[in-house]
Amino acid sequence: MSEAVSALGGARFEGLAVVEDCGLSGMITLRGDLSAAAVKKAALAGSGCAVPGERKAVVSDKGALLWMSPDELLVLCPYDEVGARVAAMTKALGKAHALAVNVSDARAVLRLSGPKAREVLAKLSPVDLSPEAFGVGDLRRSRIAQVAAAYWLEDEESFRIICFRSVAEYVFGVLKVAAAKGSAVGYF
Amino acid sequence: MLILECPYCGVKADETELSAGGEAHLKRFGPGADDESFEGYLFARENPKGVHFERWRHSYGCGKWFHAARNTATLEVYGTYPAQVSVPPKDILKTISAAVPGWRWRDLG
Repeated sequence: MSEAVSALGGARFEGLAVVEDCGLSGMITLRGDLSAAAVKKAALAGSGCAVPGERKAVVSDKGALLWMSPDELLVLCPYDEVGARVAAMTKALGKAHALAVNVSDARAVLRLSGPKAREVLAKLSPVDLSPEAFGVGDLRRSRIAQVAAAYWLEDEESFRIICFRSVAEYVFGVLKVAAAKGSAVGYF
Repeated sequence: MLILECPYCGVKADETELSAGGEAHLKRFGPGADDESFEGYLFARENPKGVHFERWRHSYGCGKWFHAARNTATLEVYGTYPAQVSVPPKDILKTISAAVPGWRWRDLG
């Protein structure tokens, strides 16, 4: 068995905000009709959470559940539990027309935190990140500079960002530039 | 900047989050069609100054295809609607008629 490592190897940057690698995270894509009982059951089995509303993220002590599109959820869980979770989810799905797949190694997870976190991310993404428009638990799939990314607000001052593993270095780089000391805009 | 509301995830997405997918409501002519209809399906496109119907994809967001009715001259957006239809919904046609009396687009209007 090869040793799994995260794309950024624990990288960390401190500037206007702290940008850090979150390490390995288990990720399972669940695709299907989100209103179907079997899919709801599978989501609960995988993450311990009920299906969140449109563009929301929910967290439980077992994991997290993210709304990715009208027919797609993403389950987050500890990296070494993925196999068991996928098996439990597949069992819960039964014969429903839906699919649970382990995508842990396809993506990277970063955290952006600090009082200026909103400002740093707003420089890179075409989304209204003002406190009135984007609150705790809100999730968006959008762009960070030139690549696709999903992010949600974990608490008032920290975002969790998911991007493809192949562009993790790029995302870390642009976040570093946006969080450079002395580059505060003071918009929010 | 063009802002279209994705009918699937409700996001008011700005143009840079979307990919343009060309003209909407094309009727496909495949094997067995005569040359003229196949050529029309392949090459003939509207290029209006005014009301236009287009396909867009929320490519950086939920990834779904949808339709948009907008005005190429004023950049006014009359509405967006799901991809699973072959004609625009009535309420959007009504909005367009109110904004641009006498408009024509292919056999609509």
